[in-house]
Amino acid sequence: MPAKFDLPQGTLDLLILKIVALGPVHGYAIAQRLHQVSRDVVQVPQGSLYPALHRLENRGFLTADWKDTETGREAKFYRLTRKGRAQLEAESASWQKLTEAVSLILALSEGGAE
Amino acid sequence: MTWWYRLTHLRKMEDQLDKEVRFHVEELAADLVARGHSPAEARRLARIELGGPEQVKEDCRDARGTRWLEDFFQDVRYAMRTFRQRPGFAAVALLSLALGTGATTLMFSLIDGVMLKPFAYRDPGHLVRLEERTDWSNALGNIWAFTYPNFLDCRTEARSMDLAAWTTVRATLSEPGAAEFLYGLEASHELFSMLGVNVELGRMFLPEEDKPGAQPVALISHGVWQSHFGASKDALGAGILFDGRPYTVVGIMPAAFRMEDDRYDVFTLVGQDPSPFIQNRRAHAFGVWGRLKPGASLAQAQTELTVVGQRLAKEYPNSNKGRTFIAQSLKPDVGDTKETLYLLLGAVTLVLLIACANIASLLLARAISRQRELAMRAALGAGRGRLARQCLTESGVLALAGGALGVVLAAIAMRPFALFWPGGLPRAQEVQLNWRVLLFALGVSLVSGLLFGLAPALRAPARHLEQTLRSGARNLAGGTHRLHGVFVVSEISLAVVLLVSGGLLARTLLRLSALDPGVDLHNVLTARTALSPATLADPDRTRAAWKFLLDQARTVPGVEAIATVDTVPMREGSNPTNYSVVPANMDDGRDYPTVLANSVSPDYLKVTGIPLRRGRFLTGQDRKGAQSVVVIDEVMAQQAFPGQDPIGKPVWIGIAPDPAIVVGVVGHVRQWGLAADDQAKFRAQLYYPFAQVPDKLVHRWSDLMSIAVRTRVDPLTLVEPLRRAIRGATGDQVLYEVNTFEGLATASLARQRFLLLLFGIFASVALLLACIGIYGVLAYLTSQRVPEIGVRMALGAASPSVMWMVLRQSLTMIVAGVIVGAAGSWFATKSLVRLVEGVRAIDPATFAVMIAVLILAALIASFLPARRASRIDPLKALRQE
Repeated sequence: MPAKFDLPQGTLDLLILKIVALGPVHGYAIAQRLHQVSRDVVQVPQGSLYPALHRLENRGFLTADWKDTETGREAKFYRLTRKGRAQLEAESASWQKLTEAVSLILALSEGGAE
Repeated sequence: MTWWYRLTHLRKMEDQLDKEVRFHVEELAADLVARGHSPAEARRLARIELGGPEQVKEDCRDARGTRWLEDFFQDVRYAMRTFRQRPGFAAVALLSLALGTGATTLMFSLIDGVMLKPFAYRDPGHLVRLEERTDWSNALGNIWAFTYPNFLDCRTEARSMDLAAWTTVRATLSEPGAAEFLYGLEASHELFSMLGVNVELGRMFLPEEDKPGAQPVALISHGVWQSHFGASKDALGAGILFDGRPYTVVGIMPAAFRMEDDRYDVFTLVGQDPSPFIQNRRAHAFGVWGRLKPGASLAQAQTELTVVGQRLAKEYPNSNKGRTFIAQSLKPDVGDTKETLYLLLGAVTLVLLIACANIASLLLARAISRQRELAMRAALGAGRGRLARQCLTESGVLALAGGALGVVLAAIAMRPFALFWPGGLPRAQEVQLNWRVLLFALGVSLVSGLLFGLAPALRAPARHLEQTLRSGARNLAGGTHRLHGVFVVSEISLAVVLLVSGGLLARTLLRLSALDPGVDLHNVLTARTALSPATLADPDRTRAAWKFLLDQARTVPGVEAIATVDTVPMREGSNPTNYSVVPANMDDGRDYPTVLANSVSPDYLKVTGIPLRRGRFLTGQDRKGAQSVVVIDEVMAQQAFPGQDPIGKPVWIGIAPDPAIVVGVVGHVRQWGLAADDQAKFRAQLYYPFAQVPDKLVHRWSDLMSIAVRTRVDPLTLVEPLRRAIRGATGDQVLYEVNTFEGLATASLARQRFLLLLFGIFASVALLLACIGIYGVLAYLTSQRVPEIGVRMALGAASPSVMWMVLRQSLTMIVAGVIVGAAGSWFATKSLVRLVEGVRAIDPATFAVMIAVLILAALIASFLPARRASRIDPLKALRQE
């Protein structure tokens, strides 16, 4: 079994925004998608998914409609708003920057750090 | 989605949240079944994986951001439910709060209307009041009314403001219709446009009419228009005869118009007035108001006035030396009403505080008996802040409901209360419910809610949850015991303050009512009297007219004696003048003693029953041309001739250059009213014959003259016969301001009586509330001690000793409250002595009686819980354990 990580603070929002950006999707599907895409490495506590969705909705990054799924059941589908798209871009950019910076620091040789 | 939408669609939001979470669980379970789990197992795993649907939902609610508001509504609903479950508590709390906030709101609305609100003129912020000030003082101080010539000079030279002068004319309107004595306003033409007042009908005065020799014109009030002209349009252009002079009516003033607080009925122009005193630089008779021009400041105006004052002082040293002019913002001047209002506001605030302490202790008792419930909720995850907030919401709901009820009470009581005010509340028409009053009520409610809600809220459990849960509701922390004691002690001390103040006022009223007014109050009628204006032109004719009027009145059956008098005792108005016992010119600006000089006719002594101490009173022989004589009272005899016989001594008084001889000494009369006379600035009195008033003063003295009648029957039954008897040949002599001596004496104590009545009510309410508080707290504390008392009794304690134990607990609180309250009442009585005439420092007897009343009432309130404690059945009590 691969090692599992807890998500760093704040990244869950970014991941949710990214997944929702691919098209309208309901909460369960988001959970599934997170699981599959991260190849089970990223462990999203499902309990924190819904509060995060509601928070993003409350801040106007997401909006939601009730629609039928393929199986004919009614579910709450989330969409990205214009504001959410801008937020996603801004956050992806800063994430990119952060990871690059972290990689650079990790690439230092042991001796250089002395 | 707006927060408003969320709040109004709470139910829908909840349904959707539930549906969303359920969808997730069911989908997950379906997947797990597909992977080979049994349906029941799949359902269980799904719920675990999600982390408990209820927990998730709670987190989602938090994420919505309107959580506090949702909680608030929930708390409000919860509070309503708890109040419905305990209607007795809710009723007592609501009622005492409504009384407390209602009374404070009422007092504030009076203060607001009477003192804070500006005058109802256009742009009142730029209006100023001008006065003359001298660098020396006489008995009346150093602030003077204006003279007309001084006004004219100021008006010409003031660049930064417009000025207008006005004075009051009290005179008879003899045509058309029945003669009526009225108040006239004689003003310069600018006054009305300056105040932004316009006529209701017709036209305003024109500037060119405000000059000597101009066609005499007048405005009349709405009231006179109705009563004398039947509200007919023909009034415009019609003639009236006012103060013996004909005028043409050019306009009708609106009914609401007032100068400060006074209504007027006839309006004339000062520029047309032919009276010589108008031109006199020493006749201080005018009020002067001004309006600052745009951009001008009060300081600028003041500088200009100072320059004018200095110039006039040089130019007219006889009248204007040391005299300057001052300007200040025009503010309502309401006299001692201000002090009365603040006293009452203070008293009702004490009542409100008692009510708060009362509710606080009741709420605290309840919070403690609910401790277990609260601990349970804390154990289940409710935060301490959340529980405290819930307690505060509960008190807030109570406070606001009580406040709303209080506003209703205040609104109902406002009118009657203003009418009930002794002597009429000044500016009563301005007293109304407005946003300031509502804001005040809201503030008061919230503050009191916080006051009584804080203690229970701070008791929200945080630690030792497990202990609390295990021990049950019986556990009593010593801290709350002490807190309860604090509430009871503060209630009692506040009640002591009110009781002692009330006792002091009662004592004062008793003492003042028992005072000898100096006259025989029984069966005396007084009324101001206006002669026919035609008789006033010639002094000898005027004197004859007065004599004739008295002779006519004497023929009325039931009249025993009648006299004229210029200043009636205990009625508004005084007649101070300077005197000297050595030759002096009263106008030399030196400081002479002051005496109240009353010009009367010889029968005055018979009418009033003032006792003659020495010599004789005035007689018919003391007439014009004979030796001038005066009769002085004991106070003046003491003051002017200490240790000597005053009879035959000369006295110089301000009205005549020649001395008068003292022919008699009479008793002192409480001229300033029963309450105020002792503290009055000048009390010495003298009487001189109206027949010897100098010619030049006869007209002015006649304007102020009253008659006093001793009757054999109820004096008020003679008013109409007297009116008919004195009407005179031309039918225009009238009586007005009719009083009896008894009425005047009663009215002179009206303020004291009014304060006593209100303080009596407040003190009773305070006592009642304090007793409810003591009863409630003791009943609660005793119920907490039932098991302990059971043990004591099982071990052999007798009923009386148990009762004593409870009473001792209450006595400790009572004594502590009395001590604190006694200190507080020391301050309260000091301000009463300062603010209410006739009140003296409290005597120990009154103090002791009031304290005894309180202790007795408090012990009665403690007796019930004590007796209940003494009747506890030890067996039952122990079983409860």
